[in-house]
Amino acid sequence: MNFEYSEEQNLLKESIVRWAQDNYSFDQRRVGMSNDNGFNRAHWQTFAELGWLSVPFSEENGGYGGSVIDLAAVMEEFGKALVVEPVFANIVLFGGLLERSSYQDKAALLAKVIDGSFMGAVAMYEPHARFDTSNVLTSATQSGDGYVINGYKSMVLGGAHADKVIVLARTSGEQTDELGLSLFLADAQTSGFSAERYALMDGQQVADITFDNVSGELICELGSAFEILQATMQVAQIALAAEAVGIMGKLNATTVEYTKTRKQFGVTISSFQALQHRMVDTFMAYEQTRSLLVGALCELTDKNVDGQQAKKITHALSALVAKNGKLIGDEAIQMHGGMGLTDELDVGHYVKRLMMINLMFGDAAFFQTKFNQTAYAG
Amino acid sequence: MDNSFSSADLEFQQEVRAFFESEFTDELRERVQSSSDVKGTAVEWQKKLHAKGWIAPDWPAEVGGTGWTPVQKFIFDAERCAAGAPDVVPFGLKMVAPVIFTFGNDEQKQKFLPKILNSDDWWCQGYSEPGAGSDLAALQTKAELAGDDYVVNGAKIWTTYAQYADWIFCLVRTGQFEKRQQGISFLLIDMKSEGITVNPIHTIDNHHSLNEVVFDNVRVPVSNRVGNENQGWTYAKALLAHERTSIAGVADSRRWLQEIIELAKSQTNAQGSLIDDPTFQNRLSDIEIELMALEYMDLRVLASLSSGETPGPEASLLKIKGTEIQQALQELRMQTIGAYAGTLKAAQYQNDLHARGYESRRAYMYGRAATIYGGSNEVQRNVIAKAVLGL
Ligand SMILES: Cc1cc2nc3c(=O)[nH]c(=O)nc-3n(C[C@H](O)[C@H](O)[C@H](O)COP(=O)(O)OP(=O)(O)OC[C@H]3O[C@@H](n4cnc5c(N)ncnc54)[C@H](O)[C@@H]3O)c2cc1C
Repeated sequence: MNFEYSEEQNLLKESIVRWAQDNYSFDQRRVGMSNDNGFNRAHWQTFAELGWLSVPFSEENGGYGGSVIDLAAVMEEFGKALVVEPVFANIVLFGGLLERSSYQDKAALLAKVIDGSFMGAVAMYEPHARFDTSNVLTSATQSGDGYVINGYKSMVLGGAHADKVIVLARTSGEQTDELGLSLFLADAQTSGFSAERYALMDGQQVADITFDNVSGELICELGSAFEILQATMQVAQIALAAEAVGIMGKLNATTVEYTKTRKQFGVTISSFQALQHRMVDTFMAYEQTRSLLVGALCELTDKNVDGQQAKKITHALSALVAKNGKLIGDEAIQMHGGMGLTDELDVGHYVKRLMMINLMFGDAAFFQTKFNQTAYAG
Repeated sequence: MDNSFSSADLEFQQEVRAFFESEFTDELRERVQSSSDVKGTAVEWQKKLHAKGWIAPDWPAEVGGTGWTPVQKFIFDAERCAAGAPDVVPFGLKMVAPVIFTFGNDEQKQKFLPKILNSDDWWCQGYSEPGAGSDLAALQTKAELAGDDYVVNGAKIWTTYAQYADWIFCLVRTGQFEKRQQGISFLLIDMKSEGITVNPIHTIDNHHSLNEVVFDNVRVPVSNRVGNENQGWTYAKALLAHERTSIAGVADSRRWLQEIIELAKSQTNAQGSLIDDPTFQNRLSDIEIELMALEYMDLRVLASLSSGETPGPEASLLKIKGTEIQQALQELRMQTIGAYAGTLKAAQYQNDLHARGYESRRAYMYGRAATIYGGSNEVQRNVIAKAVLGL
């Protein structure tokens, strides 16, 4: 048994730490975010050059051939540095789906994703559906060689600056059926595609996209997108959990440090036992979450672990991230007092990213329900 | 034991309800929610309340209060929240005015109270300093006597709405004593005085309500000191008790709970409506059960007041539970809305969930402060431990 990252994984992590130290202070990050697309494209190019964008892709597609453990290692460091560049949207979601798809020019397009020259986005959620990916009204119908997409997608990460978008659309079945969903690749420049962009509290740019007879290319077996989507979302959940663990550790460290320097009543506030016990609780919450992350990484890379068990531990992890993330975020702000409310301190920004992680693809209750269904139903 | 309203109370309730229905218009509600013109909107609304004679329920009738019983105040607040109307801006009406009418001289009462009642003067509270938060007695802003004036030097921080203020009430150090609580005086300072700088502090709700207020040789007439020199701490403490009674926020929480229920009915998940989801129901009822208990806790404190007692340290209980419930509701509201609750701003709102999400995010982020200001919940627990449990 060994629950540590490998030497190679640690080198990967250290390269991110070093880069962030030199290039990604809180102020530098803020400057990058003021760009039109919400991040610094030059950083994105650096990420590509340093190989970070290639981590989860197979060698045959020009990637690093990393496992979900490699991906987690990278995401954890991006979490600690509060990287706003769209690694998750482009690499984990778009790249993940693309690699699992049957798109004919897959390798060529992935090469452009990996070299940083291409931005993609995934349009899957709809306003009425909350976190349910199979509740889809957007439709695609055959027209000549291709398909025509009609519908409305909400909260598409990176949707306003994407070159191409993968669209989840219904080709048959009822509104909430898992069967009958298909994936299409659509060009963002094509007619009938209109994106309205807005920012989220963590600085991510999203778009609500209207598809009005947009032509798209089918990139999966007709009607059976759900399985690919699930496989991608499973990795996505792990990636977000790893990012969250990075953030939690950082928030705890910042808070402990602050209480050791802030003085009230003639003593440092860290000397109050009431606060000490709470910092012990947040420390335990962090260790607990990290442990379940390690467990999930082991099980997901173990060939003897079946799909059901993999699902179970993934949902358990997401639910725990939501619960402990909430605790750690709240306590970090509370123990900073008025300082915790200021925009100038990084604490609030870490908390908001953590909140978004626990709001974007499902909240605590959603993942708990998923866990219940996986663990106890039938 | 009896929890029923008298027929006079019921009549009063009808009158209050009718007032909010006719005066708190949809147009006003929209402006309050968009918070584009915080000061203008608040002043306009408060003038309406004043015209009706309802601007100062907590003041004694002889200085312009309503003379309401605690039950009437409770009814008024419940109706206000049900209508979605904002509370008055507290700094003038609820914070400085009680100090002035209790400890001020006649000249001060005549000069300041009418303009507070009519919302002609906007006030802010200058207590906290960078080194004096929970430990307020550590404050160092200095006022030195020079003829008929004090000369004030120092800095206040976290001063809500100082950017709009005509006046600031401050605790300043006028003497050095062994006990730090001595040597503090209560000064009323004109914000237009030379030497005052207001620096904005931006907050995590992406708005500007907080400020740093710097005093550089600011001259303040001695006649602007309330009460005796070096006894300001006592006056401020009396005011804090005043502040704590309305802090349970029961009626506001009720309204949020109702809003969450409405939202959950329109939100769906795979099984159908979110309100039918047992996991969701459990989370909602966890909070509602606590809120029901808080309502009666609040009423019990009110009732003890009507029989002549003053709210003691037990009021800390209302603050702790009240703010914890508010924060739980703010969280659940965001989760009910889902990912849209992350909306920072939209060029134009595509759908209702965007607007609701925007509002819920702001309330959540700013709501983190409720357990920090007005005596943090940790400090309130210390108060209960000491003063109630005798630990
Ligand atoms: C939104 C907002 C609006 C405000 N508006 C105003 C205003 O208008 N005017 C004004 O004067 N002030 C205002 N304040 C300031 C507010 O009163 C202070 O923030 C508060 O007193 C806490 O002080 P602090 O921020 O310095 O935190 P600190 O006192 O440094 O506290 C940091 C943490 O330590 C904890 N702590 C401190 N002492 C103890 C102890 N003995 N035992 C256990 N835990 C302890 C606190 O509870 C907190 O969690 C506002 C604050 C906020 C956030």
